[in-house]
Amino acid sequence: MRALLIALLACAATPAFAQTVAITGGKVVIGDGSAPIEGGTVVFTNGRVVAAGRGVAVPAGATIVDARGKWVTPGIVAGFSRLGLAGVDAVDPSNDTSANKSVFNAALDVAPAINPTVAAIAVNRAAGVTRAIVSPAAGDAIFAGQGAVIDTGSDVSPVTKAKAFQFVEFGEAGARRAGGARTALFVNFRTALAEASDAARGVFREDALLKRADAQALIPVANGQIRLLIHIESATDILAVLDLKRDYPLFNVVLVGVTEGWRVAGQISAAKVPVIASALNDLPDSFEQIAATQSNIGRMKAAGVNVAIGMIDDNDERQAQLSMQYAGNLVALNKVPGATGLSWNDAFAAITSKPAEVIGMGAEIGSLRAGRRGDVVIWDGDPLEVTSAVEKVWIDGVAQPLETRQTRLRARYATPQEGALPKAFDR
Amino acid sequence: MRLGTFMMTAAFVTAAFSSQVEAKKDKDKDKDKSSEAMLKPAGPLNKDPYPSTYRAYGGAETLITGVTIYDGEGGRIENGSVLFRDGKIVEVGAKVDTPSGATVINGAGKWVTPGIIDVHSHLGDYPTPGVDAHSDGNEVTGPVRPEVWAEHSVWPQDPGFARALANGGVTALQILPGSANLFGGRSVTLKNVYARTVQGMKFPGAPYGLKMACGENPKRVYGSRNQMPQTRMGNMAVNRQTWAKAVEYRKKAEKADTPRDLAMETLAGVLAGEILVHNHCYRADEMALVMDMAKEFGYKVSTFHHAVESYKIADMLKQNDVCSAMWADWWGFKMESYDAINENIPMVHNAGACAIVHSDDPNGIQRLNQEAAKALADGRRMGINVSDEVAWTWLSYNPAKALGIADKTGSLKPGKMADVVLWNGNPLSVYTRPEKVWIDGALMYDANDPKRRPVSDFELGQPGEGDVK
Repeated sequence: MRALLIALLACAATPAFAQTVAITGGKVVIGDGSAPIEGGTVVFTNGRVVAAGRGVAVPAGATIVDARGKWVTPGIVAGFSRLGLAGVDAVDPSNDTSANKSVFNAALDVAPAINPTVAAIAVNRAAGVTRAIVSPAAGDAIFAGQGAVIDTGSDVSPVTKAKAFQFVEFGEAGARRAGGARTALFVNFRTALAEASDAARGVFREDALLKRADAQALIPVANGQIRLLIHIESATDILAVLDLKRDYPLFNVVLVGVTEGWRVAGQISAAKVPVIASALNDLPDSFEQIAATQSNIGRMKAAGVNVAIGMIDDNDERQAQLSMQYAGNLVALNKVPGATGLSWNDAFAAITSKPAEVIGMGAEIGSLRAGRRGDVVIWDGDPLEVTSAVEKVWIDGVAQPLETRQTRLRARYATPQEGALPKAFDR
Repeated sequence: MRLGTFMMTAAFVTAAFSSQVEAKKDKDKDKDKSSEAMLKPAGPLNKDPYPSTYRAYGGAETLITGVTIYDGEGGRIENGSVLFRDGKIVEVGAKVDTPSGATVINGAGKWVTPGIIDVHSHLGDYPTPGVDAHSDGNEVTGPVRPEVWAEHSVWPQDPGFARALANGGVTALQILPGSANLFGGRSVTLKNVYARTVQGMKFPGAPYGLKMACGENPKRVYGSRNQMPQTRMGNMAVNRQTWAKAVEYRKKAEKADTPRDLAMETLAGVLAGEILVHNHCYRADEMALVMDMAKEFGYKVSTFHHAVESYKIADMLKQNDVCSAMWADWWGFKMESYDAINENIPMVHNAGACAIVHSDDPNGIQRLNQEAAKALADGRRMGINVSDEVAWTWLSYNPAKALGIADKTGSLKPGKMADVVLWNGNPLSVYTRPEKVWIDGALMYDANDPKRRPVSDFELGQPGEGDVK
């Protein structure tokens, strides 16, 4: 059924138009941490950014979009999400985040499960989120499987990069899955990596912990070809992972969550391990988050950690659209005595170029530097301010529809009473 | 392990009981009589057996000058002043004389509002850390549990109270039982001031609420046990049978020999108008059914909570004088939240119905001002032009009204409790945080003074104790 739907949609889809667009007069944010540029111009063609900044020439024949009084930025990159994996979270058949009953784990792959027609894709697109790092959620094993980078475009090919990383649960969530304690977690992890090493040599043992497909999926993790995103929260667990990384020097590790990162920020920085951190955790929600504070990201950044904002286990199937509010709150901390926030420029980078870089795609997405994909958003005001809204979105240079189920419902019920006919006829 | 411990205890109790049965035969007769006597109310029922012991901590007479004021009832004063003394608001205006000896705070460039009131919180009954041992919000042992009281679950050491105060400017909040049951039990309204006991936090004179729930949760929880209710019609049937019983009980309860029934006492309190109904209900069609059910049995719904579809029936909610407690942009996490839209709050307001921003979340409660700002801006974009100062009614006066405490707090009117927040900028901006929070005129948070930052027992002696959170 779903295959049929996609086939139909594919027939209707318009190919990306090799149009040249010049957005002029706006306040341009490149997204790389540099300051906004008043009266800037952004030019993209063939789906890629040509130039952005002040004094950029408008090519002949370009479609000109007047953005005076507006902000022009790269699209927001959801730093950690499950976008496209669930229609309605609690409606199990529509939710592909976790394969609890699968015999496989590391081999699981989100790419074919991403559904670009779920409401969450349109809602987030309309809110200015154009790309997302999408991770599977762990089932019964510590390895959750292979994640992807996607776009939120209104088309049937959402996957920008499949098998972009492997996701693994450490800390309390990992310990529970490994057998009930952290003691089992590390044995489990090291054994799995040893089996991947065997698999790389074509050796598969009868008493192996992993299925053949899982062991094979871990080969590119073991040799550093794909990133290993490790969910971890407490300071002591972070240090244990940094130790582990010493034993596996090829590992391309990214830490995710990292609520207590500020307590060991120097060590994370020295190990040159990038981080995708939850922005606003400030409650001791578990015994691995006792020292939670909203100053976590600011303090890590000040210690030299390469840190992006991502919202693990925080409505991550739907609410990547809160990334801007989260970043804005970190700017707010600058006015709170004793707190450490981010500058506006760094906060905006933390939801655009930083997640792109951390996942190894900084040359492709997350900024308006020349050559990047044409993911461009026009806002009616400061994009980090909660009262601002999106006016236009392009993805890969293609103008996007901003209508959603929500905007349709809003229009239908602008007057709640029925008119000449039932509401069902009002569309 | 846990099961094992439970079984052992049960076995011990049984053995101990049977060994004493013979010896106590005669006494048991008397005991039966006396326990029967205990069930009868001795004189009029004590409706306040766990009374509030909250005491305002007091503070200096304080004048805040040069601020933008939202008074909580829709009024706004530019460059105004607020004076409070002995825990009460004394004067609010463009010019207020400085009493001698008053502490004067120059608030130029800042805002003053009444403290935010959250009508939907589980701080204390689902506290952090969110471990199983702390899961005290749902008595999931039967769909009808009006006999349980949230105040008997609230852990007054929840670190979340401090976050709601310092980051959220929340000065009062209603703690509700969860939504697994059709009748979830009584709520309790608290002042956001730490105390050793829950009684020490109870808002003096606040009426009790009754938590009810529509829709998916009750039918899922009990239906999955092959128990009624398994459907929405089952939900309504159990509700109606229970209310019918409560109506009968209320008639009987007037007679002196009626045995006590804690569940029925709560429902009789609702029928008498003393206990306010707070009904978790997402869908418009279910809210409409509940409003008819309330008429059928003679009670009133104070507020629908999580009312994501209120925009579809905003006119009916106005007619029935029922408030809607809503999120700005939560949607899609379950089937009954699929039709949530970002303009819900302003659309309800625009129809003349009572709109409230609520959290149901220990993180969301820290940013209710931002939630209001989002909804306000989305409303304006569809042409609903509500002013900032009127939008503040969603955060303080309307929730106070829904909780039955609007005569005491929720706006900056002379004689009311001095529950006041000084914000370090425009409070409808993401860049703004509370700078000072007073509750009954006592300074309970000061961003500039680390000693005016509450630290719960749980956080004492742990990493991050007393940090800026």
